[in-house]
This record gives sequence, C-alpha cells and structure tokens, in this order.
Amino acid sequence: MRNLVKRYPVPDRAVFVTLGLIALLVPLANLVVPEGSALHFSNYSVTLLGKYLCYALLALAVDLIWGYCGILSLGHGAFFALGGYAMGMHLMRQIGDRGIYGNPDLPDFMVFLNWSELPWYWLGFSSFSWTLLMIVLVPGLLALVFGWFAFRSRVTGVYLSIITQALTYALLLAFFRNEMGFGGNNGLTDFKELLGFDLQADGTRVALLVTTVVALILAYLGCRALTDSRCGRVVMAVRDGEDRARFLGYRTEHYKLWVFVASAVIAGIAGALYVPQVGIINPGEFAPLNSIELVIWVAIGGRGTLYGALVGALVVNFTKTWFTGYLPEAWLFVLGAMFVLVTLFLPRGLVGLGRRAPA
Amino acid sequence: MGVRALNKTLQLFCVVGLACASAPLLAEDRFAAALTVLAEGNFQAKYEAVADIEASTVPHAEAVLAALLAGDLCVRRNDGAVVMARETATGLAMVDALTGASLDSTDNAALKKIIINNKLRGRLRDALARIALAAAEPERRLAAVESLFGRRDDETLALLQAAAAREKAAQVKAALAAAIALIELESPEPATRLAAVEGVAGNMRSEVRNRLAALLEVDAEGRPKEADAEVRAAAAAALERIDRRRTWYGVIETTFFGLSLGFVLVLAATGLAITFGVMGVINMAHGELIMLGAYTTWVVQQAMPNHLEWSMAAAIPAAFLVAALVGIAIERGVVRFLYGRPLETLLATFGLSLILQQAVRTIFSPLNRSVTTPQWMSGQLIVNDALAFTANRFYIILFSIMVLAALGAILRYTTLGLQVRAVAQNRPMARAMGVRAGWVDAMTFGLGAGVAGLAGVVLSQLTNVGPNLGQAYIVDSFMVVVFGGVGNLWGTLVGGLSLGIANKFLEPYAGAVLAKIFILVFIILFIQKRPRGLFPQRGRAAEA
Repeated sequence: MRNLVKRYPVPDRAVFVTLGLIALLVPLANLVVPEGSALHFSNYSVTLLGKYLCYALLALAVDLIWGYCGILSLGHGAFFALGGYAMGMHLMRQIGDRGIYGNPDLPDFMVFLNWSELPWYWLGFSSFSWTLLMIVLVPGLLALVFGWFAFRSRVTGVYLSIITQALTYALLLAFFRNEMGFGGNNGLTDFKELLGFDLQADGTRVALLVTTVVALILAYLGCRALTDSRCGRVVMAVRDGEDRARFLGYRTEHYKLWVFVASAVIAGIAGALYVPQVGIINPGEFAPLNSIELVIWVAIGGRGTLYGALVGALVVNFTKTWFTGYLPEAWLFVLGAMFVLVTLFLPRGLVGLGRRAPA
Repeated sequence: MGVRALNKTLQLFCVVGLACASAPLLAEDRFAAALTVLAEGNFQAKYEAVADIEASTVPHAEAVLAALLAGDLCVRRNDGAVVMARETATGLAMVDALTGASLDSTDNAALKKIIINNKLRGRLRDALARIALAAAEPERRLAAVESLFGRRDDETLALLQAAAAREKAAQVKAALAAAIALIELESPEPATRLAAVEGVAGNMRSEVRNRLAALLEVDAEGRPKEADAEVRAAAAAALERIDRRRTWYGVIETTFFGLSLGFVLVLAATGLAITFGVMGVINMAHGELIMLGAYTTWVVQQAMPNHLEWSMAAAIPAAFLVAALVGIAIERGVVRFLYGRPLETLLATFGLSLILQQAVRTIFSPLNRSVTTPQWMSGQLIVNDALAFTANRFYIILFSIMVLAALGAILRYTTLGLQVRAVAQNRPMARAMGVRAGWVDAMTFGLGAGVAGLAGVVLSQLTNVGPNLGQAYIVDSFMVVVFGGVGNLWGTLVGGLSLGIANKFLEPYAGAVLAKIFILVFIILFIQKRPRGLFPQRGRAAEA
C-alpha cells in the first residue's frame, strides 16, 4: 500500500484525495444534511459540480494530446459532443411513449418531421450496453480515421490545428441539419430516465456526480500510467523533437495516432457523462469556440501535468459562472485577456507558478 | 356667352355630326368630339371614340388614352370639360384633355371620373400598344413588342405583321419576328408552323420555351398535340437548343457568382497567407480585422449621410488604416513576444479576437447594422431573359483584382516588398544583411490586416455588418490558405477562386450547408496528398 501511494507524486495524491472527498462528502451534504443548514449542498451545486467535473475530464483528454504529445487539437469539442449525442440518443429512446406526441417508436422531433420509421443508425440505442459501446467507438473511430489520414501525411503544427477546427465546424453544420436525424437545431432534450432512475431525482444526480468522479479518477490513473510508461516517454519525445524521434527509429505517427484516439475516447466519455446531468445536447457543442475554450482551460491550469488540466477546467469554469451571473458583458473580455496573458506570462499555467521557468 | 360655352356648343354639334357620320371632319375636330363622347356617351360609342382618338394626330392623344386606362380621365362638374387629373404629393395635377394645357388644381369633389369596362380596357391597351409600335423612338417600339409578347390573338398578329412590314430597326424587327412566330405556332398550316418554330428557336423567353414544350405534349389518348411530325421534330430540336443554351447561361451565371464569392474569400485570406508565409504565425483575430473594416464602412457612411455616393471612396482608405493600425498594435503588443511558438500565438490572437468582438458588441450594440449600397453600385446588367449580372458583384471582382494587383506590386517592386520576401525566405540571413526584421514583421502584419479591412468593406456590401461577421468567414479563409498554400499570392488566388466556384456549383445540388461540408471534407482529404497546399513555400522557411 505504501509503495502504491509512493508511486504517485504529491500533486497526484492531492487530486485523488480531493476527488475522493468530493465523492464522499457531496452525497452526505446533499442527501443527509437537511436543507437550510449551512452545510447543505444544494441540487443546483451538485449539477454544477458534476458539469465541471465532466469538463475536467475533457480537459484531461486535451492535456494528454497537447501537453504530452504536442498536438494542438482545436476539435476536441467534437469528440465530446459525439459521446454526448450517443448518450442523448439512448436517453431519447428511454422516453418511450412519454413524449409530447406519445409515439412509442419515434422520438418527438421525428414525429414532427413526419418520419415514418427510425433511421438505421438509431437502432440499438435502446440498449444501454450498445450505447456504452458507441460512446467509446464513435469518437474513437473518428479520431482513428482522421488521425490516420492526418499523421500519415505528416500534417503538423498550425495546419493540424486548423484542420481539426474544420472537422468540428463541418460536424456543427451537419448536426444543424434536420435531415441528419439528430434533432437539428434543438438537439436532443426532454430526457426522463437513465437505467430506470428518474434524472430529476436527487439520488440520481448525486449518483451521476459520483460516477463522474470515478470516471475522472480512472481516466487520471490511465493517463498517468500512459505517461509514466516507456510508450509515454516516446510520446513526449515526439512532442519535443518529432524528427529526432523518427530518426531514432520510432514510428512517431503510430504513437501520435494512439494517443489521439485515447484522448478522443476520454473526451467522448466526458460528453456522455455530461448530457444526463445538464439534460440537453445540441449542435452548439460542436462550435469551434467551445473547442478553443477548452484548450485555454488546459493552458491556464498548466499543460503537460494532468492535474493542471483539472485545476484549469475548474478555475476557468467557476470564473465563467461568476462572470456570466454578475457581469455577463465582461466575460468575453476576461476570457480573451486570459488567452493573451496566460500565453505571454504564464507558459506553465497556474500550477507552474512559483516554479522555475521552463528552460 | 363666353368662349367656353361656345366651345361646348361646338362639341355638341360635333357629336351630332358624328352620329350622322356624314361630313368628314378634321382630325382635331374628331378628337374634340370623341372626348365629349367619352364624357357622355354609352360604352358602344366610347369604343369608337377611343378609335377616333387613336387615329387623331393630336400630340397628347396617347396621354389621354393612358389616363383613361389608369382611371385618371375625368369630367369637370361645373363646365363639363374633360381633364386628366393625376394625384401627386402636392394635390391633383390637372391637364386639359382637349388642349393639353395645364390647369389649376381642384379637389376631387369637383371631378367625375369617366368609367370604363373590361372590353374598353382591352381596346385601350391595344390602342396604346399600336401607338407605341408606331412611335418614332426604336426603344419605345421595342418595349411595345415586349409588352405584346406572348399574346396569341389574331388582332395582335395583324398588328405585329403591319408593324413588321414598316419596321426598319434590326433589333425591333427581330423582336417582331419572334413575337409573330410565337403566334404562328398555332397556325393551321403545317408549313407556317414549321417556319414559326424556326423563327422562335433563338429566343430565350420563357413563353417560347413553354409554347414549344406544349407542342410536344401528348393528349389523353397518346396522340401528340402537334399532328405534323416534321414540326414536332423541329420543335424538339429547338427546345433542346433553348435548354442547352439555358444550361449554358446557368453555368456562366454560377461561375460569375462563384467568382465574386471567390474573390471575397481571396481578399479575406490574403492577409492571413501573408502573415503566415512571412512570420509563420496564424492570426486568429484576422476575422475580427475584417469585421473592423466593415464597421468602419458603416461609421463612415453614418458620418456623411448626405454623400452616400462618395462614402465608399472615403471608407476604403479609412478601413485599410483602421485595420492596419489595429494589426500593427497586435503584432507589437502580443505576437512579437511569442515568436517561434506558433501554437501559443494562435491562442493569444484568438483571445484578442474575443476581446475585439466583445468591444464591438459593447460599442455598437450586438445588433446587425446594414450598410447602404450606393446608387452607382446597385442594379443589374441584363444580358437576356436567362442571364443577368448584379452590378455590385462586378465592382467587387474589379476592386479585388485591383487590391491584389496593388499588393503584388508592393511585394514585387518596393523596398518593403523585397525585405518581406527576404525575411520570409530566411530570417537570420536577412537580419545579417541589415534588414530590420522586427520592423518588417510589423509592416507585414499591418499590410495583411489592412487587406482584411478592405475585405470588410467588400463584405459590408454583401451582408449585414455584425460582431460575428469575422467568424463567419474565418474558417473559409483558413481553408483557402490551407488549400492554396502560403508560398505566394497565386496560391491564395487559385485556392480562393476554386473554393468559391466549387461552393456555388455544389449549392444547387446539395444545398448551402451540405456544399460547405463537402468542401471541408474535400480539403481534409486534399491535405493528405499535398500537406503544404497547392503552391507550397520553397526555400528554408518550408522546413521550419
């Protein structure tokens, strides 16, 4: 046990302890402590925290690909949204005949569009295990195909960033179309229950939060295992000098591809956890702005550290919530200033504060 | 007994004379008499009166008939004089129908409108068309033929044939021949019909196409409407020719639209390509520089509301300066500190784009502003019924070519251009030769930003000006740069034009959104084959 603890550096241990405490204390404070007590954790806060932890998971995925492999993806919002849509489709099927039109076979928006039968790609989403498979497979396969094309022909640097942005932009346009069969502009919403549990119930919310925490810890462990492994060292070598790594005999495109796919899968899982908690998924999640914004979470927290990504996601999003609540006009100024100031003055992010500047 | 009363007596006398149809009257007298009939007679008499007015040589006879058709011909209640009364902003403008002289205005109550029925209306139209067909000016005759085009009754045929017999102007003659041929498509003689098919074959009007298509239809029993096989074959051939030409015109029109969109894209992407080519920096705030140019156009127009025609001339340098100054500020304030870290530059300039967007939203409100198109830029150039070009797109293409030519000249012939190319090819060597690389960077950035401002001026003519204007075009601009490569202006030009034209050609088949998706997917695939675009940069910079 002692050895197991010693394996991880202090910040990692702090992450595990904090996440563990959240998983233990929030259910207590929300479900057991009575309302009105100072220690009570409101339902609103549970959902908010759950949402932010999903963002943290997404930031972890970006940190893995950007911080460790040096690939600045401006399209990770797409993988997040695809995972979210997969979960959203399952939740739509769970509504059954409780929709406004009461059609047991078709979701409301398809009835509205006068569709007579379910498109083939919706088949199977009634099953939870199939949905879980799709949450992993769809973002993973997209990343595999896209990355295979991109890395094989050595598209790097800003070119790759622009192309990933084009990818999410193309998906944004596609999902806005009603004919695609994903609810068009409005997306998927009005969810009722997941695995038989009412999504509005307090217990379900807390359970989702705890699931997110568990997923976050597992993803963190997985990423750490990857970065500590021999494979991870090659990945970092690719980041620091791709040509050199290639000349040393490593197939750099293979390393990049698998890290890219792993990162996309984590992003997809984050999206799938996000949707039942916020209760909606729409094409807006594909917007290029979202993808760039999540890069700045990582930059602010400190990339190439894993824990920095979690810090960044939480700090930026709590700041965002505060500003959009009290000074909505100022938020974009603040966000823009963060982009500029962090890149200029904080290249190692918040967690790099007080440490030696990078060589 | 005043003159007026005498006049009236005379008119009455004329009516009597006309009714007896005995003594031949002078044209002027018949005109006066006809006016009286219009005022007092029954419809049967009015038909003849209209014919008399048409036949008269009185110069304002046409105006009287037009007024009657429009319901403007009235009888003054107090003396029974026939007047033309037209409502204007200042009151009724009255003209004496008999003499054509202007009269003092009265109010509506003093006038009685001369009523007409549908048959009279038809006759009036024919009479007006006949008068116009005989007009001295060829333009008016042409317009008259155009207005009669598609009418298929015998009277029109006779009228047109009479006009054709005396017509001299070639253009009018051709129009008359086509109009006659269209009517003769229904002639009982197969030979006439055949000749008529030949006669209309070159005409692009939709009536012609519809009539030819009708000839080829079959009725319920499967018998063709046109009995004669030869005529059918000729009609089918003519129809095919017309359709082929229409398709061809459609292609030309789409190409034109694509070209204008392409040039907008080229303008938007040029600045991006320059800064990326010279400094290896992607400026994500580029779209906002375009937006600033568009807002400058709007502000200039607001500042000089009485000189809209000239506002463009002031807006172009103003937009260039505003965008260039902001661009230089961005370079000096942020970008130069991030030299050699392109991904960080991308993020920092993205932050700047958010700040600029929100600043515009705060200053000008989030609502869209619309820039007025000056008179000389609006309108259409109509080639024929199937082909028309909008004037403002012509100006856009012209303006873009001028800007690109100027930019090419700056890069090719000026000292700044020489230094820019030197820094782009090999920065350390250029510095060693005494080029102030920092100054060149700032100027390059300013130049690229200024061109973005000009793109904003152009866009303000095509869409509304709003805080998100830049974002809408930035992804497309990136695609142009990725597709064309950053090596030179030709890459941007070819890339922008091909994407613009491809977009417009795909749109009718796939819809605007799907067309865009296709193009994005195509570029993602294209970059596999040519990772550095169509025209890759050569030299050491390419390896950096």
